[in-house]
Amino acid sequence: MTPISTVVGTAVCLLRDNIDTDTIIPSREIKVVSKTGLGPSLFAAWRYLDSEKREPNPEFILNSQKYHDARILIAGENFGCGSSREHAVWALKDYGFDAVIAPSFGRIFYENCVYNGLLPVVLELQAVLGIVKQIETPGISPEVRIDLLRQHVIGPDGIEHAFEISEANKEMLSSGLDHIAVTEKYIDAIDAFREKDREKRPWAYL
Amino acid sequence: MAMTLFDKLWEDHLVAQLDDGNSLIAIDRILLHERTGAIALYGLKSKNRSVVLPKHVFCTIDHIVDTMPGRPNKARMPGGEVFIQALRDSARSAGVTLFDVDDPNQGIVHVIAPELGIALPGLSVICPDSHTCTLGALGTLTWGVGSTEAEHALATGTLRIKKPRTMKVCFDGELVPGVVAKDMMLHLIAEYSASGGSGYAVEFSGDAVSSLSMSGRMTLCNMAVEFGASTGLIGVDDRTIEYVAKRPFGVRTELQSAATNYWLQLRSGSDATFDATIRICASDIRPMVTWGTSPEHAIPLGTSVPGKKKRDQVDRDTSIDKAMNYMGVQSAKNISDFTINGAFIGSCTNGRLEDLRKAAVVLKGKRVAPGVKAICVPGSTQTKIAAESEGLDKVFLDAGFEWRESGCALCFYAGEKGFAEGDRIVSSTNRNFEGRQGPGVRTHLASPETVAASAIAGHIVSYTSGQED
Repeated sequence: MTPISTVVGTAVCLLRDNIDTDTIIPSREIKVVSKTGLGPSLFAAWRYLDSEKREPNPEFILNSQKYHDARILIAGENFGCGSSREHAVWALKDYGFDAVIAPSFGRIFYENCVYNGLLPVVLELQAVLGIVKQIETPGISPEVRIDLLRQHVIGPDGIEHAFEISEANKEMLSSGLDHIAVTEKYIDAIDAFREKDREKRPWAYL
Repeated sequence: MAMTLFDKLWEDHLVAQLDDGNSLIAIDRILLHERTGAIALYGLKSKNRSVVLPKHVFCTIDHIVDTMPGRPNKARMPGGEVFIQALRDSARSAGVTLFDVDDPNQGIVHVIAPELGIALPGLSVICPDSHTCTLGALGTLTWGVGSTEAEHALATGTLRIKKPRTMKVCFDGELVPGVVAKDMMLHLIAEYSASGGSGYAVEFSGDAVSSLSMSGRMTLCNMAVEFGASTGLIGVDDRTIEYVAKRPFGVRTELQSAATNYWLQLRSGSDATFDATIRICASDIRPMVTWGTSPEHAIPLGTSVPGKKKRDQVDRDTSIDKAMNYMGVQSAKNISDFTINGAFIGSCTNGRLEDLRKAAVVLKGKRVAPGVKAICVPGSTQTKIAAESEGLDKVFLDAGFEWRESGCALCFYAGEKGFAEGDRIVSSTNRNFEGRQGPGVRTHLASPETVAASAIAGHIVSYTSGQED
């Protein structure tokens, strides 16, 4: 996984609440046992006029020229709720997104982001609305800068908005380390736990 | 100070507190299905790692398996066989148990896990599937996770996770007759939003919860994820102990009394402190149905689609308008006035034997309304066999329902021939998201009783009002 420190680029807003992972990538689009190549399936139901010919829906914001190189997605409350499908994160990454900003996220989606190098930024609603307003103002370049290490977002007006992220998630995203390898350092603790636990809860073992 | 159930389960599975604020939690059972499980096993293999406790890993084929009667060995999704074959290959190679399509133990992962005794009180269970919280109904510590986290658990027998806060959702008093577990959850989510449980492990308690059957408790916990909760759980009582006894993959006889003693302390202390508490008067709850595209868009049956006053406070968002537009419903119109074209009974929310029995009571001797495509898909092969031995299949078939093989089926659309664009479906499932049951399909979530009554009436009615008709 590529380590992340900052993400700078065009931001695009999909300011609806409860955008679920079925919407991010419909199940029918998941056709191969693979983590790659899912970008064209991103938001398929909203993005195309029909699922077969895939003619772009001109009213869907990702299809507008202004946002053709979007790297940051700004969304409403509870983004990524619903199904655990990690394909939602793989599709966003494959499309070209490196970060998602929202007031809140679905838990599993958020965790999937962390393990796949898609930076999830929980920003309070008023700050989100402020940035959105600027981005959507005609004539203003929709560029946003996210600094993971300093934990802030800077919108087009240059104002910094701080965001919270746990040390663990920050470390995972900024190091790009393999999480299994990180846990394997605790192998002795795991073995010791199991040994004691087999005595305490013998019925739990098959 | 007395501990909460969640804190007890957490403490007994805590391997290590990590410097970065996360904890390492021991995982006792890992469940996998073809849609998200094979890729976890593949990922592991590609890194030359193996499964640490293969006997504790169970796989089933439920998500995209065909559910038509006498199903062929194929997927309901065009080309979906690759997922089924990938799970077969990877499960064999990893040396873990697989319940294949023709196995009598096959079924929806969250239905078979309690049915077979794979999930037990006091165990920790993960599955790369968001409805794993269903199993919390047994006093089990559960999480739905992504495939990458499942890979980690397969390799290490642990999950890296930050401890969630605890919330008690207490349903005080008794439910009104005709109100069931599904209505309780839709009521809760409508009141407190689809992210109301975000960041919390939510324990359901109170008289109305204790009075529920195990099946009803599973419906509650199943929809904890629709409430945004980290997980859902319910304290162990005699009903739990009775339910888990003598299950095929359960506790061996010689260890039973040790297990029971352990399980009986899996309840929150009476003075345990939760980080948040919600109290709901059970008698205030009415049979519920959703009108929109989020489970929080739920209202009591027979009432009107909400207008502006129920809309979001901040003028940021056209979510409500978009939901109304997608669903083809209008503010102030009574939800019962909408004609339906489809009815679906099944899923990990409401596809268990008790759900089928309750729907059958409503359907017995009746016929679904003309123009309604009605489908019943038992949650597991064992559920189907048991239902057929009671003659429930005949009740469904005589009423004009299709009676299918077990699987997740039309809880979500995978590309097969199902409901058509614009169809209005009343469904015993858990998600009314746009396109969830097919492109342009409009889903109204409700209890199996309401689905059955509505299928007969041809519009959305409750079981009790259906009787009055």
